[in-house]
Amino acid sequence: MKTTSFRLALTGLATGLVLATAAVSARAAEGGPKPPQQKWSFSGPLGTFDRAQLQRGFKVVKEVCANCHAMNLGNAVRMRNLSQPGGPEFTPGQVAALAATYQVTDGPNDQGEMFQRPGRPADTFPAPFPNEQAARAANGGAYPPDLSVLAKARTYERGFPKFIFDIFTQYQEQGPDYIVALLNGYTKPPEGMTLLPGQNFNTYMPGHLIAMPQPLQDGQVEYPKGPDGKPQVPETIHQYAEDVAAFLVWMAEPHMEARKRLGFQVMIFLAIFAGLLYYTKKKIWARMPDGSPAH
Amino acid sequence: MSGHSSYVPKTGIERWLDARLPIVRLAHDTAVSYPVPRNLNYLWTFGGILAFMLAAQIVTGIILAMHYTPHATLAFASVEHIMRDVNFGWLLRYLHSNGASMFFVAVYVHIFRGIYYGSYKAPREVLWILGVVIFLLMMATAFMGYVLPWGQMSFWGATVITNLFSALPVIGETIVTFLWGGYSVDNPTLNRFFSLHYLLPFMIAGVVVLHIWALHVVGQNNPTGVEVKNVQKDTVPFTPYATIKDIFGMVCFIFVFSYFVFYQPNFMGHADNYIPANPAVTPSHIVPEWYFLPFYAILRAIPDKLGGVLAMGSAIVVLAFLPWIDTSKVKSMSYRPIARQLFWAFLAVCIGLGYLGAMPAEGGYVTASQIFTVLYFGFFVALALVGIFEKPRPLPSSIADSVLANIKGASGVQLATAAAEPNVKG
Repeated sequence: MKTTSFRLALTGLATGLVLATAAVSARAAEGGPKPPQQKWSFSGPLGTFDRAQLQRGFKVVKEVCANCHAMNLGNAVRMRNLSQPGGPEFTPGQVAALAATYQVTDGPNDQGEMFQRPGRPADTFPAPFPNEQAARAANGGAYPPDLSVLAKARTYERGFPKFIFDIFTQYQEQGPDYIVALLNGYTKPPEGMTLLPGQNFNTYMPGHLIAMPQPLQDGQVEYPKGPDGKPQVPETIHQYAEDVAAFLVWMAEPHMEARKRLGFQVMIFLAIFAGLLYYTKKKIWARMPDGSPAH
Repeated sequence: MSGHSSYVPKTGIERWLDARLPIVRLAHDTAVSYPVPRNLNYLWTFGGILAFMLAAQIVTGIILAMHYTPHATLAFASVEHIMRDVNFGWLLRYLHSNGASMFFVAVYVHIFRGIYYGSYKAPREVLWILGVVIFLLMMATAFMGYVLPWGQMSFWGATVITNLFSALPVIGETIVTFLWGGYSVDNPTLNRFFSLHYLLPFMIAGVVVLHIWALHVVGQNNPTGVEVKNVQKDTVPFTPYATIKDIFGMVCFIFVFSYFVFYQPNFMGHADNYIPANPAVTPSHIVPEWYFLPFYAILRAIPDKLGGVLAMGSAIVVLAFLPWIDTSKVKSMSYRPIARQLFWAFLAVCIGLGYLGAMPAEGGYVTASQIFTVLYFGFFVALALVGIFEKPRPLPSSIADSVLANIKGASGVQLATAAAEPNVKG
């Protein structure tokens, strides 16, 4: 009876969860290949960011992406975030020096005028364009999306039954996998397909037409060198793409490390607590109040 | 069940208070001495789990409201502010957003448990209807809450769902304008949804009080569906028996809840909702949260807008009439061979509808949705008919008898162990 009822409850819970998950695959298959899954240092229950990777990713973002893409959505991301724990962990000095390289508009001052001053760590990253219209005018009518939470705003269809397995494998890196695939996905259009000016063909873009021209080239961004004078990681499009995607994941979810760390503690506590409760329950339920067997 | 109170005030202060406001007596009768059928299984712990989830949602929600800004140009940013700059803001927000999903997981288990064991039948009709009212309020609350982050899916979900009311003849357009606070979903919509999202949970809490009151008048149903005949033999006192079992069930549930919060916090959400709302860009597929999908599938199955809205509404309202639709006198489907199979088919149909609700409304998916919609309502028709001719299996004469039969049925080894255990009860 006891085990049956427990099994019943589990079935009930499982049913609810299946109902829950039946949902998540919202998008219809757009056609086209699925982004290949990459290996990420931050995946899984104990995942942490690779500081060096985040720092490299920031370098690429700063030198390449930020020429067109803003990262100041809702003023959420500040330069000071670059030195907070669980991120790229630049030193506060490095961040202050970086901030000072930007000129930001402040004010009004006592004369009621806006003025320019060197950036401070508490500032947001200055946007490349003053407004959406200016961004569109400079980019052939397309608006480069803000990068602040982009890694969580992009995904691809997992499909049944993969999305159920994802609960247990904790696969949730659809965003960065898609970004890596997209940045590596520029190819010639298939025979017979003509592209209009400002259009580029990308294998992984839904609908394959993307306004952004291929942004990365091998050797474009200089990476830190090892003692032998060679770059510590290859200066290739694929490596750049991975580093950018990792950085974007951190920027979208800056407390991920703290979340997973706290989660581990909470899960262990709950498991032990549940175990103790189970045996307490068993003891109490062994007898009816009058001492006869309860079940 | 609401028999005489067994509360005995022990101290002078308790006697003094008891003569003026017997609140301790109320608590004692409700949560300590209240007799609970001794054969309840773990599915019965979901009531307590739901009470916990409501409290958790209210607590996390109140704190989130301290940091959230209900304005079309600031809402998205304030959510990101909570996620980044508020201490443990990410935890509060993920608890609250995943909490909504887990709340629905629990309520669906609770509802299907009620259907399987016939918990809606006399004398529990009012108890059941109050439950349907809570379910409706929950749906309204969850829908409005999903609008608050003001992402793409928030905005377009709000547009699609509020537009449904325009299908109603004569008053439809007026209702929609009233919901929007204007002529499209915009800042006034967000403001009133925030206000109502804060109000409705307290209305839920009010109906929950009535739900529990009704429960304590008629007593709990149980897996046999046989009413309590002898309180001494058939029931155990709520504390410690039900208390410890409920807490154990609750902690197991919180374990699953925590897994999502800490490890898969965006699993039940939509990536599109991390894109700020943009009235000029429609997402390729507008999909509601998972817990609405079965009803969404029914809505889209009907080619006519008003027809779809009525079908979707009926799919929920029909639940309130279950006590009179089901013609069988036997409560528990454990003793109803045909109804039991109908139940599992119904569960499968609901899951199927949920899947179809997530798929685009085109081609074979529409046809499948139509078939499943017919099957959904077919369950209620079948339930009405089956009760007339179905021959139920013999019921145990009492709850105690069914438990004792189980004990006798168990292996001798188990009995021996039980007998050998020292009785440590004081």
